[in-house]
Parts: sequence; structure tokens; C-alpha cells
Amino acid sequence: MLCQECRKRPATVHVTRIVNGRKTETDLCEECAREQGELPFLAESQFSIQSFLAGILEQGAQTQASVKAGAAQRCLNCGLTYREFARAGRLGCSHCYDQLGDRLEPVLRRIHGASQHTGKVPARSGGTIKARRDLRELRENLAKAVGTEDFELAAKLRDQIRKLEKELE
Amino acid sequence: MDMSPSADLTTKALSRWMEAEGPETDTVISSRVRLARNIEGMPFPHLMTAEQAAQVIGMVGKAFRSAEASKADLSGCELVRMSELSPLDRAVLVEKHLISPDLAREAEKGAMVVGVGEAVSVMVNEEDHLRIQCLFPGLQLGEALTLANRVDDLLESKLEYAFGERCGYLTACPTNVGTGLRASVMVHLPALVINNQAGRVLSTVVKLGFLVRGLYGEGTEAAGNIFQVSNQVTLGQSEAETAENLRNVVEQVIGQEKHLRQSLLSEMRDQVEDKAGRAYGTLLWSHVISSQEAMQLLSDVRLGVELGLLKGVERRVLNELLVAMRPGFLQKLAGQELDARERDIKRADLLRSKLGN
Repeated sequence: MLCQECRKRPATVHVTRIVNGRKTETDLCEECAREQGELPFLAESQFSIQSFLAGILEQGAQTQASVKAGAAQRCLNCGLTYREFARAGRLGCSHCYDQLGDRLEPVLRRIHGASQHTGKVPARSGGTIKARRDLRELRENLAKAVGTEDFELAAKLRDQIRKLEKELE
Repeated sequence: MDMSPSADLTTKALSRWMEAEGPETDTVISSRVRLARNIEGMPFPHLMTAEQAAQVIGMVGKAFRSAEASKADLSGCELVRMSELSPLDRAVLVEKHLISPDLAREAEKGAMVVGVGEAVSVMVNEEDHLRIQCLFPGLQLGEALTLANRVDDLLESKLEYAFGERCGYLTACPTNVGTGLRASVMVHLPALVINNQAGRVLSTVVKLGFLVRGLYGEGTEAAGNIFQVSNQVTLGQSEAETAENLRNVVEQVIGQEKHLRQSLLSEMRDQVEDKAGRAYGTLLWSHVISSQEAMQLLSDVRLGVELGLLKGVERRVLNELLVAMRPGFLQKLAGQELDARERDIKRADLLRSKLGN
């Protein structure tokens, strides 16, 4: 849809006005909307997911005890610093996940409500990762079984865990 | 592969995958699954040099030429570099949902692999090294996921993916990490909009952790009453769970839409029939028409067709028009650049010829 004012740029701002019970609606592009003073709440035009994320990340950085040490923390593979990541909302390479790991975890929790992958695993590395995942699940179930005093199940789970641990060694 | 892209890619509005019928096509237009993948050790695209980008494109091309590709029935896929395409052709591919606007802007580093009747498109060097996309008509998330996995397995056998045990598939933006899966469904909800229920229903969907947006607009006043519902979370859920949760939510939304359509039919049959007929008439006889007006009228016509009140209009023509009447496609059709006014005229020409008998 094009801006109803300039008819050139795509309309991204929808303005609904109610005057004396009469409703009028217009679709404008950001520039025309700003000219008409319809965008008082948008001081800067950057309103992207990255800038939202950057806000979360900066916050994350401030609550960390090691802010000073952390800001200069650099990924050894691609050279990206945490500060650059916080500003852009994008990591530099796959190694960043390890290098900035501790600081990333609270961010992931905030975005996804979780920080442990439970989906597909590449077939190549699949064997051991899957075994370790199974082990984690078994241990959780064991704790639950003990909690509910289901000792028969707990014994069964304990045997499975031992077997899997031996396989992984 | 590596030859000039097949003509259909940028001249035909309706992809072959969209010509098939799917379940729930009276309310669901299409289902899409996207997997984000990266190559171990290689900087993510926004930090990549031109040589590294070419290297990634080379590796992907090779994977699709391999023996494994023909075993997986994917050897017919073709590699197209963004640099081989004119800006207009790239705009057409965006309108066909085969590439993103971001990839269209990546004239230097970007490429795509497309195949299986355009049901598969792999974007190369977009935000991530690979974005595997699969599109199916109607509500077919499981089918789309299966095909995406087939492409993923092929690529994984040839490339070393960036994967961590804890975070799963590693992506440039932490919002995609884990499964890298974004599943989305495009739905047509005219009865909910007519009854002022779209906002209520869709805000519930948002509360359940899904994302809703208008196809060509934002919020609840989507052009043509077409909305896209997708998952947000990619970590801590398996791919099957994500697809299943989305399917569940979409089924409830279309359940409400269908219920309201039946009440429209029993209580306001004349008005709905009148609205559809008038919309059809306007589309058949207009000579200047904006995209927004056309979208709305096509929605009215579609509702009339789905309720059996309007005969002689095929659903596939309506689907084709959704793409064919967009700015890039109209200019492609005209073979020249058009300003907004000229496009409104061309759009009306197209609608008359496609809908007229």
C-alpha cells in the first residue's frame, strides 16, 4: 500500500482520528507522517527488532557484575565484542556463542523462556549429543520419581542411567 | 545449475506448488517452514567478505549437484545468484515469497537455490548462511517440515553446520537460535473481520506466544483480510512441537472463522451475496484501482466463492492475482517502470482480463 500523501513511498503508519464522533483513517509513510506531526512518539526512525534486542542486551550488560571486563570481551574467532553485539543485535560467528556464553544465557532465557535446545541434532554429531540429552532427561525423571517416592521407578531409571553413563565413557 | 534462471521463476505469478490443492484451502492460503543454518567457523553474513560469500555459495551449489542430491530427489534445484537478477526480478521473487526483501538487497553476496516447483527455496547469505524455506498450499505444516528436513539433511551431509549442544543450531540473531525454525501460516479471515472479532481472536493468539501480522499491512487492519501467524520461540521446543502448536492454534482460529461464516450464511445471506457480487462487478469494470481496494474486493469475492454464493471464479485465479497485481509483477508484465498511477491502471487491466470470461 502506498502513502496517501506522497503516493511514492509505502505506507507504514496508520492514522485513525476521531473528531466529533466522525472517524477518519489515513495511511502514510513515515516521512509524511512526521511532517504532519503524526509521529510524536517516534523520535528516531530505527524501530527494528535489532534495536529492541539491543535494549534487552544493554540491560543484560548492566546487571552483570563484570561490566568493565565484559564490554571489552572479544570473540577470538571473529573479533566481535559484546558491546558491538549489544548494539547490532547480531552475533559475528558460531564461536561467539561459546565466547560470550555466560552473558548470552540470560538473554536467551528472556527471549525464549528456555536456554536448552531440545530439537533436531545433526546426524554427524548426533550419537553422543542424543545420549547426553537422554541422560539429562533420565536424571530429571529420577529426581521426580524420588520426589513422589516411586522407588520402583527410581530403581529402574537408576539402572538406565548407569548403563548410558557407561556407554558414554 | 548455474545457468540463467528459468523463465517461469520471474514471469509466472503462481508457483507450481501453489497450483495443487491442500487441506483447509477455504481459509488457509499457504503454510511455510523456514530453517536457519550456518556454517561452522565462517563469519555470519553481515561480517563476511565477498570471497567468503562466494565460497559459501560454491559449497551450497556443490551440495545440490552431488549424488546425494539426486538420491534425495533434489537434483533439479537451480542456483541463482542475486547478481544475475535485475532489481525488478528480485522484487518479483519477494512478491512470490521466495526470497526476503533483505536478500533482494544483497546483490553482491546473496544467492538462492530454488526447486520442486518452487516449493523449496534456500536463501544463501541472508541474515544466516542458509535459510531453507518450504511452501505448501493450505494447512500442511508437517509436510512442509518433512520437505525442509530433507533439504536440511542433504546440506548437512555436505557442509559442517554450526551447532552447539546447549543452544542447538547457531544463528546470527539469538531470536532464531535452537531449532532455527520459523513456521507460519497465511490465513484469510473475512468473517472474523466483518464481525469485528479479528482483533480479539488474534490478540489471544499473540498471548499464547505466536506472532500475527497482516500480509501486506500491520496489525488487525490487514489488507485483504489476510493474516500471517507464526511461532516466536525457537529454543526449548522440538521442531515437531513447534509445528504442532502452531497447527493447533491455527485450527482454532479457522474454526471460529468457519463458524462465523456459517452464521453469515444463515443470517445475512443476501448481504454477503450482494457484497461479493458488487465486488466482482467492480473488479470486472474498473479501469484504475489501488492495491488496497483490489485486495479488499478480492477478499469479498473469495468469501462469496467459498460460501458458494458466487460461481465461475476459480480459487487459483484469486491466488495468482494476490501476487500478479503487486507493483514488481505489474512492472515485469508491462516490461517497463511504472509510477503509482500507471500501476493502478495496469492493475485494473490485469484484473479485468484474469477475472473476465
